[in-house]
Amino acid sequence: MTDAEIRQAFLEELTKVAPDIDADDVGADDHLQDELEIDSMDFLNLVSALHTRLGVNIPESDYPKIATLNLAAAYLAARLEG
Amino acid sequence: MGVFAMPSLGADMESGKLVEWMIKPGDTVKRGDVVAVVETQKGAIEIECFEEGTVESLDAELEATLPVGAPLATILAPGEAAAAKPAPKAETPAAAPPAPEPKHEPKAAPEPVAEAPPAPAPVPAPTPPAAAPPAPAARPGEAPAASPAARVLATERGVDLATLAGSGPGGAILLADVEAVGAPPAAAAPRAATAKPGLDLEAMRTAIASAMARAKREIPHYYLSLTIDLQPAANWLAETNAARDPHSRILMGALFVKAAARAAANVPEINGQFGADGFMASRSVHAGLAVALRGGGLIAPAIHDAETLSLDDTMAAMRDLVARTRTGRLRSSEMSDGTITISSMGDTGADTIAAVIYPPQVAIVGFGAPAERPWVVGDAVLPRTTVTVTLSADHRVSDGRSGAKFLAEIDKLLQCPEDL
Repeated sequence: MTDAEIRQAFLEELTKVAPDIDADDVGADDHLQDELEIDSMDFLNLVSALHTRLGVNIPESDYPKIATLNLAAAYLAARLEG
Repeated sequence: MGVFAMPSLGADMESGKLVEWMIKPGDTVKRGDVVAVVETQKGAIEIECFEEGTVESLDAELEATLPVGAPLATILAPGEAAAAKPAPKAETPAAAPPAPEPKHEPKAAPEPVAEAPPAPAPVPAPTPPAAAPPAPAARPGEAPAASPAARVLATERGVDLATLAGSGPGGAILLADVEAVGAPPAAAAPRAATAKPGLDLEAMRTAIASAMARAKREIPHYYLSLTIDLQPAANWLAETNAARDPHSRILMGALFVKAAARAAANVPEINGQFGADGFMASRSVHAGLAVALRGGGLIAPAIHDAETLSLDDTMAAMRDLVARTRTGRLRSSEMSDGTITISSMGDTGADTIAAVIYPPQVAIVGFGAPAERPWVVGDAVLPRTTVTVTLSADHRVSDGRSGAKFLAEIDKLLQCPEDL
């Protein structure tokens, strides 16, 4: 997957979990929980959705590594390669 | 004969707008069946039936805004004869024989719902038999059969129902069929952006203000806090979740709900509702879950019998309830049955929540954000994950002694998370 495809997948799953968030409004460095008001339930749903869609099982200890769109894109790219 | 009335879905509700019937005259209903959908400031709520019997008549018009207590339908108890009613009709309103058809223009877009037909002929309306007739169903030949909600949406979106293929019984067009057509191109949402149909955040703020003002006016609150060592629970949870796929992981919030529900089951004077006849303790714990909405607002639907659920079931119930609170439909019993509310800060935020009780309940328990704090273990001071739990309770019903017992019970339960 290209970086653009990963970002798109991430944003699609994020906006499915939180339909009131507009993908266009998500800044690449916006913190999901602090700035986008994603709570722990939303976050877990996002992690579940990414697991289903990309086959990447993100352990709780790695949650900080997907805290923003930029961080998540890099993390998921590495996991998808490995 | 029972009159099914607009229910009160919480202390902050005065009226609701009837948007969809799920029943028609002649249907049999039983307790718990969803019979109608009502829009409130908290979005669309599925209204459940309280009794068993046969629907005699629908007594309220779709799209009408009705006060709490207004009659919605008449339901005959099983075996009860129909009331002496002159009109022997109303068997199956949707399939009524086609009236002599007024001229119809096949391509005309459907008119706004529930309005009188455009036919110029005088309508024999003046003296309807006892009850108002059921909401007008599709006029045969003119527009295809469609559910009321589908009609409303179609009108809003300018979708011509005649162009749709219905997936409902007999090809009737359902809400989902209209939704599948997609949102209108550039329809400016008239209300604050929200993913929840019927939700009006401004009206919700007014409703919250009124309920909370009433709580502060009528309920003599007292507050007790206890800081609890959460390290055993945090360790157990990390270990448990490490071995699980995301979809079966548990959140700390589920441990809080479970512990609070079990503790409440042991302290009757904080679990129940305060009604016109005073306090009624509840045998079961219907745990209201304060769910914040992005954009503002709060809804606290209840998890029924929360003290009996396993941790996994508690988590599943919370997932379901949060999802439906934010984007879907809640049920009337979830809105009105709560016996205690649990409010949790989540992973980050303030240390303590001293919350306002949601009437007619008599207690609310707030879990602050868990944080690492210095903690005395034996002779040493160690960094431990801790949480501060605050009980707000009603002094008309309980005293500090029972409140303290409740908090101590939560502490005890959270020390053995594997037994929750």
